[in-house]
Order: sequence, then C-alpha cells, then structure tokens
Amino acid sequence: MSKFAKKKDGEVPAVSTASLPDIVFMLLFFFMTVTVMKDSSVKVSNELPQANEIKKLEKKDRVITIYVGAPTKEYTKTYGTEPKIQLNDKFANPSEVGDYILMERAKKSQELQNVLTTSLKVDKNANMGLIADIKLELRKVNALKVNYTTYEGDAFKN
Amino acid sequence: MARRAGAPEVSAGSMADIAFLLLIFFLVTTTIETDAGLDRMLPPMEPPTEQDVIVKQKNIFQVSINKSGQLLADGELIQLNQLREKATAFLDNGGAPSGTEDYCKYCKGKRDASSSDSPSKAIISVKSDRETKYSTYITVQNELVGAYNDLRDRESQRLYKKDFTAMEAEYLNPETDKDVKEELKEKVKRIQALFPQKLSEAETSTSN
Repeated sequence: MSKFAKKKDGEVPAVSTASLPDIVFMLLFFFMTVTVMKDSSVKVSNELPQANEIKKLEKKDRVITIYVGAPTKEYTKTYGTEPKIQLNDKFANPSEVGDYILMERAKKSQELQNVLTTSLKVDKNANMGLIADIKLELRKVNALKVNYTTYEGDAFKN
Repeated sequence: MARRAGAPEVSAGSMADIAFLLLIFFLVTTTIETDAGLDRMLPPMEPPTEQDVIVKQKNIFQVSINKSGQLLADGELIQLNQLREKATAFLDNGGAPSGTEDYCKYCKGKRDASSSDSPSKAIISVKSDRETKYSTYITVQNELVGAYNDLRDRESQRLYKKDFTAMEAEYLNPETDKDVKEELKEKVKRIQALFPQKLSEAETSTSN
C-alpha cells in the first residue's frame, strides 16, 4: 500500500509554463497567416445584406471592390448622409466608376484581365438607383461579371 | 574567480510576453473577410439593333419591386416568401405539348399551356425602382437564384445522386484535383443546360 501512498506535504505542484510560449507562438502564426492587411479604409457604413444562395469568391487577385453606403460619421459634414460610392480611398460619382475599373484592370496581369470580378459591397440601406448607375457604368467598360457581396444568413431578415 | 563554462544563458521568460504582444496586435488587425455573394452577369452593351428579339409573353416571368418593397410577380401582388415557389412553378412548368421540339421531359410542373414552354425558354425579368432598397433587391435575387438551385439540385439528385450546389462548390474550389474537376465540369455543365439561368434585368424606373 505504501507504494502508492502520496507525499502528504499538502502543496499543489506548480504547473509548468515552459510550453506557454510555444502555444502562444502557434496562435500568433495562425493569426499572422489569416490576416489580410486592408489597403484602404472603408469610409462608408457598410452593413451588407444577408443571403443564403451564395457562392464564395475565390482568388482575391481577381476581384475589384466597390463600396457603396452612407458616409460614416466623420464624413457626414463634408459629404452628407446620402449613400455614396467609395473607390479606393475617396468618394466618387457614378461617372468615375468606369475609369476606376479600367485603371484597376490595367494594373492586373494580362491573363487575369479577362476574368476579373467586380465585387459590389453595398450597404443594405442604399437605393437601387445608385446601383443601377454603377451597373450601367460597368456595362460601358465591359466589366460584366459582378458579385453582390453579402453576409451569409437568412435573406428574409433584410 | 571561477571560469565560466560557456556563454551565459539568456532568460527566455519574457518570450511569452513578446509573443503575446504580437498575438494581440494581429488579433486586433485581423478582419475575417466576407467574400461570398451572389454572382451575376450583366448584359453586354449592344448597339441598338433594328429588329427586336421576339419573346413570347408567356415565357417571361415579370417581377417588379416598387419603392416601398412590394412585389408584383406576373401581375399579382405577392409576399417575398412566396416568390421562390412561384418562380419554381414557372420554370418547371414545361408547357410545350409532347412531340414538339421544346417539350421538356424532366419537368414536373403543371404543364400549363399559358405558362412557360420549357426551362430553356423561360426568362425571369426583374424590374426595380430607383428608390427600392438594396436589401429587398438582394432578397429577391436570392430567392430567384434559390429557385434555380432547387430545380438544379432536384435534377442533379436524379442523375448523379448529389446536390448541384455541392458539386458546383467543389468544382469552383481551387483545391480540388484536376481530374475530379474535369469530371465535375461535365456534370455541372449538363445540369446548367437543363435549367439555364436566364435572369434579365430591366432598366430601373423612376417613380413620379
């Protein structure tokens, strides 16, 4: 019996923290790899609508993003509260969308230029009029593949 | 003085702190991207042609959304949650009589002569107002794509015992093997041909 008798000194042995750095490093590498550094900050309120019949946008290098929404608080003074288009880092008119697409397209490599998708990240409170203007501009420059980017969720909750 | 045996050991105790600091930085800057959505092809800009393409009225399913978000489908005021059912019924109708070239063997609809002839003839047209809310529009688009997906899933189940949406997702996934992709491509194309997605978008109207 005495073989299994525990030492009765009443102290709880300290848990070794030697592997803590390893665990933390593992987490660190995970977050380092999944992080996407944003090259432009979103200046419009951008709450996307929900949909469930969605397709994933693979290959980020083939995507051009256009943001639409009401300017955030710090910009309401200068730009008002009506939904606006944001291209790269600045607000724009619908007529500038075509030029922007052509410019972005020219930046991509030759073989990608025909397979680009335009991702429309539109706030759910925006009006269709603005979207229609954008779509018209996109058609003019022959950027026909669009993706209405949404959150995954119940479409009836919109 | 005692001779040192080697280089003094550097304390690694603060390593965890440094790593935590970096970890928190990346945690804060991480944004999980929402890169999924509804794919749509816009119609190309065509030079105005002299003759209009004539499409029979019964082959068009007209969906209009007004500025307050109400829905008019084929002249009938309906609720958003009825749309999928209506669209499915329209697409799956297969009204062409058997024996004619448009006859649809796989349709399970009512075969109503006053509705669409066959899925390949059926066109859904969406018309929205300039003041329609974007979220309503997305819901409508979602339901229409859902109607197509439901029908494609049905046919896919019948032919390959597999959902079309699952096959398509696998086909589009860049990590899928090439051989598997080739095989899937054929199947996906076949199903798509059975129910080709013909969603047309009319110009938005201005309400007065």
